[in-house]
Amino acid sequence: MLTLAEVERHAKVAIVAVDGERGFRRRLLELGLCPGTAVAITNIAPLGDPLEIEVRGGRLSIRKDEAAQIRVRR
Amino acid sequence: MTTVALLGNPNTGKTSVWNRLTGGSAKVGNYPGVTVERRVGALRKRPDIEVVDVPGAYSLVARSADEQIALDVALGLDGEPAPAVVVVCVDATQLVRSLYLLLQLQELGARCVVALTMADEAGPAAPNATELAHVLGCAVVPVVGRTGVGVDALASAIVTAVDAGAPAAPIVRWQPSPALAAQIATVRAALPATWPQTDALAVWALQCVGDDELIRVPAEVRAAVARAAPTAALDDEVIAARYRWLDEQVAGLAKAKVDRRRTARVDRVLLHRGLGLVIFGAVMFVLFMSLFAWSEPAIAAVETAFGWLGDGARAVLPDGVIEDFVVDGVIGGVGSVVVFLPQILLLFFFLGLLEDFGYLARVAYLMDRIMRTMKLSGRAFVPMLSGFACAVPAVMATRTMERQRDRILTMLVIPLMTCSARLPVYTLVIAALFPSHTVGGLSTKSLLMVGMYGFSLVTSLVAAWVLARVVKPLRAKRLPFVIELPPYRAPRMRDVVRMMGTKTWAFLREAGTVILACTIALWALLYFPRELPAGSPDYDAQIAAAPSPEAKAELEHARDGALLENSYGARLGHAIEPAIAPLGFDWKIGVGIIGAFAAREVFVSTLGVIHGVGDDEGSLRKHLANERKADGTPRYTPLVGLSLMVFFALACQCMSTLAVIKRETGGYRWPLFVFGYMTVLAWVSSFLVFQIGSLLGY
Repeated sequence: MLTLAEVERHAKVAIVAVDGERGFRRRLLELGLCPGTAVAITNIAPLGDPLEIEVRGGRLSIRKDEAAQIRVRR
Repeated sequence: MTTVALLGNPNTGKTSVWNRLTGGSAKVGNYPGVTVERRVGALRKRPDIEVVDVPGAYSLVARSADEQIALDVALGLDGEPAPAVVVVCVDATQLVRSLYLLLQLQELGARCVVALTMADEAGPAAPNATELAHVLGCAVVPVVGRTGVGVDALASAIVTAVDAGAPAAPIVRWQPSPALAAQIATVRAALPATWPQTDALAVWALQCVGDDELIRVPAEVRAAVARAAPTAALDDEVIAARYRWLDEQVAGLAKAKVDRRRTARVDRVLLHRGLGLVIFGAVMFVLFMSLFAWSEPAIAAVETAFGWLGDGARAVLPDGVIEDFVVDGVIGGVGSVVVFLPQILLLFFFLGLLEDFGYLARVAYLMDRIMRTMKLSGRAFVPMLSGFACAVPAVMATRTMERQRDRILTMLVIPLMTCSARLPVYTLVIAALFPSHTVGGLSTKSLLMVGMYGFSLVTSLVAAWVLARVVKPLRAKRLPFVIELPPYRAPRMRDVVRMMGTKTWAFLREAGTVILACTIALWALLYFPRELPAGSPDYDAQIAAAPSPEAKAELEHARDGALLENSYGARLGHAIEPAIAPLGFDWKIGVGIIGAFAAREVFVSTLGVIHGVGDDEGSLRKHLANERKADGTPRYTPLVGLSLMVFFALACQCMSTLAVIKRETGGYRWPLFVFGYMTVLAWVSSFLVFQIGSLLGY
């Protein structure tokens, strides 16, 4: 299964599900990363981590291992 | 008194709106049970209405006590009266996400007024306020915090809503599934009578309770939630239902896409792999140098002013205990508080500018990779960097971190950074006790100084890594570390200056009083009983008969040394000598260490007095280098010097740092912990340095 951490920059994907412990995933869902939402990686920090993502017209930064908990489809 | 609560996501211009509504004059305190600032101000238009500025939040769902504030304030669960109206700042460029909070509030039955901010920035993407108000069922007022446009209309809408007074009914936009409805019923039946009896509050409890650090949640509610046994599927259902409604009803009101091209262009430079890091380095250099070096004239001016004040008081007051108390205790003590203000003001000036501009979030983004190796986040970078100038403003800067656990962990390691007050100690020790050599063209003395910086950097990194694993409240929770990267915006100077004023005042009132009291206590410890030891020569007669000014000064220094040697503080120094002898220190160093609690650099002057050379550092250096033991060998060897520097690098010899940690954590637990762990660390390290060095024959 594809995760957000494996997606190349600027590719538009849709969120399928957010995995992980309950408090962790609830935080991401509440920021609007719910299933069906379009998301794209727009940038990678100069030191390789974290990632800058575009979701619902805003920019958030999340760490790679967090992005690996977000399952996506093309 | 009627209260109104101001809520909103971070980066929605909430503080600007609050400043505009109230005129910026705040009563600042802490929320009960947590150390998050509670700012209250009277509404300009109607001084009988108080506006509470609630810390920015994306949701009412909470896991820790500081996240719980938003719900507690909105519903009046913290003992304060429930607000008549909740004003929600909604970012027009982030419409759907910032309305999520509004939906939660409306479900709970809060009477809401929407302040639609950033409408100017959203341009054609901004929704029509009338249409939005119709969909949301509450007043929507566009405001521009930067210019103040719309603030009067917002104040009128607030007053109208307050005066309407009718109880607001919960507005729920989604239907729970049968399974969820049963869970809600279970928990709702257990809600205490003092809480609003709503389904939404039951949903809140089902989402938050269990594996939480919340306060004020009754045991019956916890038991009911445990019976209902909520799972992750519950979160999916609730959150997706709210976003579905927002996507269907609200998303279409934004007629265009928000234009982020300007921010994207700036980001291409500021977040660039090479250039971005160079600019980052330059910005941090300026920030650091302003604290470390450029604040120096202001600090010197404060010291000079209090010096004059002391001299003036001496000229007026009769000689004696009262004079010494007023000059050295009170005036000196107030000076030792005020002397922090230049650095505090400068740091919060930069923090305010960078935060408003949007760069502070980028600093966290750029540095997260490095900071997370210490189990910290990128937000800890600026406070830790500031620690190399002074721990006091650095500890205050930890407020920019949203999580309590991150704030405390950062505060625990900041005092290990080589602050500028350690430099006079290192300079004295290196100059007096180490021989000059050159290694590869570099003098060993400057290499030692660089080495002490490296040592403090390494120990602070290791300490953070260890503390995050060993101290239970600091173990990292698996929570996502999400930073919002807001669009770049021009800072509003007035808001920055107000924040500087608020921070300074809070420091003076809450930490300054403790620092002053400690300074006076320390002064008394090293002053009384003010008697010469038995068998001392009659210094005063000798001074009166001194043949030359030099001889007079020498006799005065000898007398001051004898008086200090007989003080309670020096007796304490004698008493602790057995404890510090294994580190290579004699009782005189012990007295210096006690004196250094006022501020580390005081070590130098205390040592000067106890050695009978006054405040001339040159003669102190010579004196230290020439002091012999009974067997004729030097008392202070380079090894003693090294052990002493290690001790100063690691011990929390600074009551101001402890006072400000007490203020920021709201109790004595953490400052005592810092003092304890650093003292043990310092003692053990100096012990190892001195004992191993002695075995090796140094």
